[in-house]
Amino acid sequence: MSLWPLLGIAVLVIGFAAGLNPLIVIVASALTTGLAAGLAPLHIIGALGKAFNDNRYVSIIWLILPVIGLLEREGLQERARIVIGQVQAATVGRLLIAYLALRQVTVAIGLTSLCGQAQTVRPLIAPMAEAAAEVKLGPISDRLRHLIRAYAASADNVGAFFGEDIFIAVSSILLIKGFLQQSGFDIPPLRLSLWAIPTALMAFAIHGVRLWRLDTRLKRLAAEKQP
Amino acid sequence: MFAAVSVRSFGDRANRRRIGNGAFWALLAVSFLFGSELGDVANGILVLALMVLGSSAMGLGSPKTTSVAEREASARVKGNSILTPALLIPAIAIVGTLTLGRLGIHGTPLADPKQVTLIALALGIVVALLVAVLRFRPPPLAPVEEGRRLCDAIGWAIILPQLLASLGAVFAISGVGAAVGHIAITWLPLGHPLAAVVAYCVGMALFTMVMGNAFAAFPVMTAAIGVPLIVHRFGGDPAIMGAVGMLAGYCGTLATPMAANYNIVPAALLELPDRNGVIRVQIPTAIPLLVCNIILMYLLVFRF
Repeated sequence: MSLWPLLGIAVLVIGFAAGLNPLIVIVASALTTGLAAGLAPLHIIGALGKAFNDNRYVSIIWLILPVIGLLEREGLQERARIVIGQVQAATVGRLLIAYLALRQVTVAIGLTSLCGQAQTVRPLIAPMAEAAAEVKLGPISDRLRHLIRAYAASADNVGAFFGEDIFIAVSSILLIKGFLQQSGFDIPPLRLSLWAIPTALMAFAIHGVRLWRLDTRLKRLAAEKQP
Repeated sequence: MFAAVSVRSFGDRANRRRIGNGAFWALLAVSFLFGSELGDVANGILVLALMVLGSSAMGLGSPKTTSVAEREASARVKGNSILTPALLIPAIAIVGTLTLGRLGIHGTPLADPKQVTLIALALGIVVALLVAVLRFRPPPLAPVEEGRRLCDAIGWAIILPQLLASLGAVFAISGVGAAVGHIAITWLPLGHPLAAVVAYCVGMALFTMVMGNAFAAFPVMTAAIGVPLIVHRFGGDPAIMGAVGMLAGYCGTLATPMAANYNIVPAALLELPDRNGVIRVQIPTAIPLLVCNIILMYLLVFRF
């Protein structure tokens, strides 16, 4: 067995650690890996090109940019702020916990594209979370604003990852089933989904507690800024 | 859409790097319009060109948009009707996902069953755009200009998910997975069930971090450690192992820049100055969750 193709992984790690542009790091890693495995350069470039072309569908989501941009031009984010400002009980933590729960539950029943970073976080959830912080803490610094946005994105990811395997027809469940079948185990997808539930509950508990404590942390950070 | 963004980028005199921006979006448009007609090598060269332009030659354009004050005023006047198109997208996406797969003409499905969700989402987007244009009557170029504003904000990160998928393909034909699995079984002491469970879960997380995708890690780790050790030698349950093992991999997804769709693109989309900002807030969730998965698997897998 040749271990040389692992050089490509080393290139990735070093490249990312050195803070180089990821596009360069990835292409360099692909070339290193391919050459180490004894492939011809043109063959590697061809493989890159073919896979890039085959995966164009993952970029369909960008179609959404003109719509979001247009709505932002009309005041979408500002409107989201007004709406959240009317809810007295809203805090950053509570809002994001609610969103985490919504994301996890909807994904668990198969509605994966109901929410998402481009569909809901950028236009609605992030501005709402920022507004909730402004209502409670007054004007916030850019650093806090960016922290709140990062947490909004994280709520979406955690919810999506640890909800999707509860739905039986999702591709990861099919992959697990298919692979175990090759290994000689015939397992109904429902059993796999069932065993995804304990981890889903723990993911909600862990991330939920962190979001809940975010409110106290934001208060402290805001107080440090304006003594 | 990318072609229109490109044309406007070339014409943007306020951006010193307008040639770079214009060329980048133009190449991307070529890829989307004609990618299937080009050969593999031509597509590969296109990828290299995108890399060079994306990493060195792009700046921020200055598309026409509205000021914060104008937006606040507009938000007050137009009220919640601004939210309608944004909510229309997911609504249509759901209805489409549930119905498109079943619609067909003489038994031929209208939409590829595997891509139904994406097609439904795209449909929702187009309808929302139409509704927004008809209702708010913006200047004719506004959708393009606003699209360009967001495209420039995301910049090169826009092709990252596709490029990472391509890297995965090169890894696959080069035998990287087999090499990692080989290291895992030859170098780790796996004589105890707990050691095997820890190696499998941590291995899933680490390998996922490297590949950016738990789907690539799962077959390798399961063939190397999961099935031979946890199931055959120690008598574990394959269903629990598979389900929890995959989720252990997802803990790795939370912590890696290689999972660009989830971690890097949102950072760009939210205009965070630190492109690892999202990963930073996710790592403190990923680590305890991975520990929980290990405990969970150890407690359950040998019991059912």
